[in-house]
Amino acid sequence: MDTMLRGRAHTYGKNVDTDVIIPGKYCNLVDQAELGKHAMEGIDPEFSARVRAGDIIVADTNFGCGSSREVAPIAIKGAGVSAVIAKSFARIFYRNAINIGLPILECPEAVDAIAAGDEIEIDPAAGAIRNRTKGTSYKATEFPPFMRSLIEAGGLIPYVERRLAERA
Amino acid sequence: MGMTLTEKILARHAGLDRVEPGQIINAKVDLVLANELSAAVAIAVMRSMKGATRVFDPSKIALVEDHFVPAKDAQSAKLARLMKEFAAEQKIEHFFDVGRGGIEHVVLPEEGLVAPGELIVGGDSHTCTYGALGAFATGMGSTDIAAAFVLGEVWLRVPPTIKVVYEGAMQEGVYAKDLMLATVGRLGIDGATYRALEYHGSTIDALSITGRLTMANMAIEAGAKNGIFHADEKALAFVRERTDRPFVVERADADAAYERVVAIDVAALEPQIACPHTPDNVHPISEVLRERVQLDQIFIGSCTNGYIEDLRIAAKILHGKKIAPSLRVIVNPGSQKVWMQAADEGILKTLASAGCVVNTPGCGACFGGHMGTLGDGERCLSTTNRNYVGRMGSPKAEVYLASPATCAASALTGSITDPRVVERAPAYS
Ligand code: SF4
Repeated sequence: MDTMLRGRAHTYGKNVDTDVIIPGKYCNLVDQAELGKHAMEGIDPEFSARVRAGDIIVADTNFGCGSSREVAPIAIKGAGVSAVIAKSFARIFYRNAINIGLPILECPEAVDAIAAGDEIEIDPAAGAIRNRTKGTSYKATEFPPFMRSLIEAGGLIPYVERRLAERA
Repeated sequence: MGMTLTEKILARHAGLDRVEPGQIINAKVDLVLANELSAAVAIAVMRSMKGATRVFDPSKIALVEDHFVPAKDAQSAKLARLMKEFAAEQKIEHFFDVGRGGIEHVVLPEEGLVAPGELIVGGDSHTCTYGALGAFATGMGSTDIAAAFVLGEVWLRVPPTIKVVYEGAMQEGVYAKDLMLATVGRLGIDGATYRALEYHGSTIDALSITGRLTMANMAIEAGAKNGIFHADEKALAFVRERTDRPFVVERADADAAYERVVAIDVAALEPQIACPHTPDNVHPISEVLRERVQLDQIFIGSCTNGYIEDLRIAAKILHGKKIAPSLRVIVNPGSQKVWMQAADEGILKTLASAGCVVNTPGCGACFGGHMGTLGDGERCLSTTNRNYVGRMGSPKAEVYLASPATCAASALTGSITDPRVVERAPAYS
């Protein structure tokens, strides 16, 4: 996680739920790129045509509420989105994003100040967000230590592998 | 300070004397659940984990085919097959194929796979349903489920608990679904995020197990991690009829620390409706009636209201009558057992004679999967738990949520109708 993420902002409101992130009818897809073609379809049908690799989703509170479908963060990743900034995340989405390695940042001030199309730069390890269009900088809420260690380990999978190796 | 019911269960499963909200723990799980959609991803993740060849305990995993079954297309058939093969390879004891199960959250309590004091995680957000029987149960994504498959443990952040207290007698026409819609309306869809809901009060004590399943099911609709009831005699009888496995019944301490207490005045509640497009957009039915909401479809089923009690309520209202000609009414019994019971009691015939179509057990139209997907501009009244944009199909459709009684009453008229009017009407023989 030492690379900077750069992209344009796509902005959304409160309570963006998993049904609009990836509608139920696509939940039998497993391929990340295939899922990516339908990301955000329920709220923004043009998203997959507009999004460019590295772009960033910016949303208000409770992003990812609703179902437990892990294909929601996978679809976002599959669309080429490099990170999601929100005022807050729903619980299961938060876990899933960390587990699959989609960078997520909680930062209400940044969300309020970002407009659609702004050029954003993120240093995920430091939780630093820079709005290059407006020339402003923000610091995201820090992750609790356990989650930081999960993120640094590269997600849940390496963590489980280590636990299994300890048991063997 | 004492502990809440959720804290008690988490502490015991983490091997700790006590836990505090915010604390991160490693907890042993009693059961791990997945359906064919979450399992497909979880199995792939497990296969990619170095050193992960076997599940931790084949008797503590439940796999249920419910979302896209009987397979709606070749891709769904592939996922169902993948899960079936995994179940055989890992010798999973509790695998429910089409015709032997139904909706996961209806099946697990019914089969005695849920007991008080247990800790259950599932690859489905409505895993919280099992709180009805005094278990800690929460939904997770597939990578977490893969980890639980192999480790038999999960990491959890101990949630603060919100105590919700229901007092007063339910008015005629008011059901558990209405209590829970009112609760989600009060809390808001993120009002309980990262939190546990603990249900209390004399109204709750009087509720049936089905009513409690309905209420625990929708804890997630307020963003909660879990929703939980104390297991009373009724719950113990329900569980003991289904399993002889030992379990530990926990109780919240009298001096447990709650983040806040929310009181619901039940006597004042009318039937409730969640209007489009969020489950917290809840209004008393009298407000909604003024808008004369014309419907295209009514759906009765799901892990919220697909139980035999729910079908009985609908059948009682529809008995000997016909649904409005402009409507289609789709019923999905929650499980194979519910379907058979409904057949025995003549409920399927009653519903079909009224003009409803009775589908195979499963999720069906609930999440826009198949067997009742909504088209552009269509409006549906549903007994399900969510009405987000596109939840049941087209993003241009509208979904209203209500109890089975309200749905059945509305089936007779074609527009949202107060069940009290119908329930009060003279005998429909
Ligand atoms: S019935 Fe609906 S809410 Fe319940 S598990 Fe199936 S899709 Fe999910």
